[in-house]
Amino acid sequence: MQGNDFRNAQKIVKDLKNRVVITGLGIVSPNGVGVPKFLNSIKNGVSGVRFFPELQKLNFSCQIGAKPKVSEVEKTNYFTNLELKNFNSNGILYGVMAGLDALEDAGIQKKEISELPDWDLGVIFGTGTSGVEKFREAIYKLDAGKVRRLGSTTVGQTMASGISAYLGGKIGAGNRVTTNSSACATGTEAIFMAYEQIASGTARKILCGSCSDDGPYVWGGFDAMKVTTFKHNDQPESGSRPLSATASGFVPGSGAGALMLESMESASERGATIYAEVLGGHVNSGGQRLGGSMTAPNSVAVQRCIKKALSHSEVKPQEIDYINGHLTATIKDPVEIENWCVALGRDGSNFPYVNSLKSMVGHGLAASGSMEAVSAVLQLHHGFVFPNINCDDLHPEISNRIDPRCIPLEKIDVDLRTIVKASFGFGDVNACVIFRKI
Amino acid sequence: MTQDEIYDQLRNIIKIYLPEDVSEENITPESHLVKELNINSSHLVDIVLDVEDAFDIEIKDTELEAMDTVSSAVEIIQNKINQ
Repeated sequence: MQGNDFRNAQKIVKDLKNRVVITGLGIVSPNGVGVPKFLNSIKNGVSGVRFFPELQKLNFSCQIGAKPKVSEVEKTNYFTNLELKNFNSNGILYGVMAGLDALEDAGIQKKEISELPDWDLGVIFGTGTSGVEKFREAIYKLDAGKVRRLGSTTVGQTMASGISAYLGGKIGAGNRVTTNSSACATGTEAIFMAYEQIASGTARKILCGSCSDDGPYVWGGFDAMKVTTFKHNDQPESGSRPLSATASGFVPGSGAGALMLESMESASERGATIYAEVLGGHVNSGGQRLGGSMTAPNSVAVQRCIKKALSHSEVKPQEIDYINGHLTATIKDPVEIENWCVALGRDGSNFPYVNSLKSMVGHGLAASGSMEAVSAVLQLHHGFVFPNINCDDLHPEISNRIDPRCIPLEKIDVDLRTIVKASFGFGDVNACVIFRKI
Repeated sequence: MTQDEIYDQLRNIIKIYLPEDVSEENITPESHLVKELNINSSHLVDIVLDVEDAFDIEIKDTELEAMDTVSSAVEIIQNKINQ
């Protein structure tokens, strides 16, 4: 094919791609369960970080963490009594709650048991590891020679795809139902995977997001690596300090975020409320080369991921109004800001607004990307930038690079149009998506 | 323990596993657990665990196969208690 023909063919393929929009949101966060409470918390900089005596008893260095507060009564709004019998998987609990909320918010009815599945509806819901507490129960029984006492739900609660299986069954999804896993990039990756599936036309609606288990058995490995903070056990709410000169490690967290992605055509037919359009994105890996490793990102790959996301979305760097950062509160935060500066070609007072939800809810691990994406879409939809808490002592390498006014310490009401969310995970993996208000 | 007492206790165990569209009133001695009460067959192992806990007995895999109706379950439980 000649050059012009090829470009024309590329354009035709592009035009054939379905536009993808967000029509529903759900969140189970340490600082708010349900969108209304969460929205209020992020507007007001409310922390969800607490001290856990259990962690102290177990000799953890970091004895603070962030878990959503879910009552027994709330559980029964999402699960039958039978499902709750012998149920012990927090990640699935949070994921199901957020997922069903997003579906309801979008105005999509669950299929009744007697109905056929919805062949156009899929689920892509990620997690890091599932049902750790349930698995622990099972191991104790197994080691005591009582394998037959495991019951029928151990597999469903501990398989990695437990969350997508629970959600798929509850809503009657008949399209792809799967779980992705890419460490702390999981949630953002799930959104991009859902986008691709709808853009290509293989599904019209995908419930996407991610969730994470919590507690000592999930957090212990990070404590052993000394990547969590041990300096704030007596001041939990000021412990998570992204962008700060006194950032000393992340605060482990958990929860779930969910987004209902849908083709523009499907959303228009239903007359659904549209929060934002997903313009595109990119997912890549640094290959654990060029300074990247199992635990450290490679800046070349991070910058490439952001740039590729922009070009895929046909967005110019100057159009970005706001960055929802990964920014975990480790010594790597200045490197992340530097990567954004290089990738966007913007710095000083020309840098977009940037904040980190982790300042309020810690690092939700596999759940972080989706919870943060929900916070980003809410800011876009309602026109504000939430305050970064705990960074009044901005890291000098950051304040030397960008204007401190880009990092609001108080809520700013501002009309945002195009925003970017990125997440970076263990294994040197990156994910970036771009949203626009329409 | 009389057959009626076993039946009442077993009924309380079974009702937890009924699907949403089957009510407790549908449970009779003749009811087939899977075919009539529509209990998910994967839950039979959970019913057996609950029965073992409630009556302090142990049910073998071969006996599990014979527990198809409510009355056959009552019979197996009664025999176990009397052993």
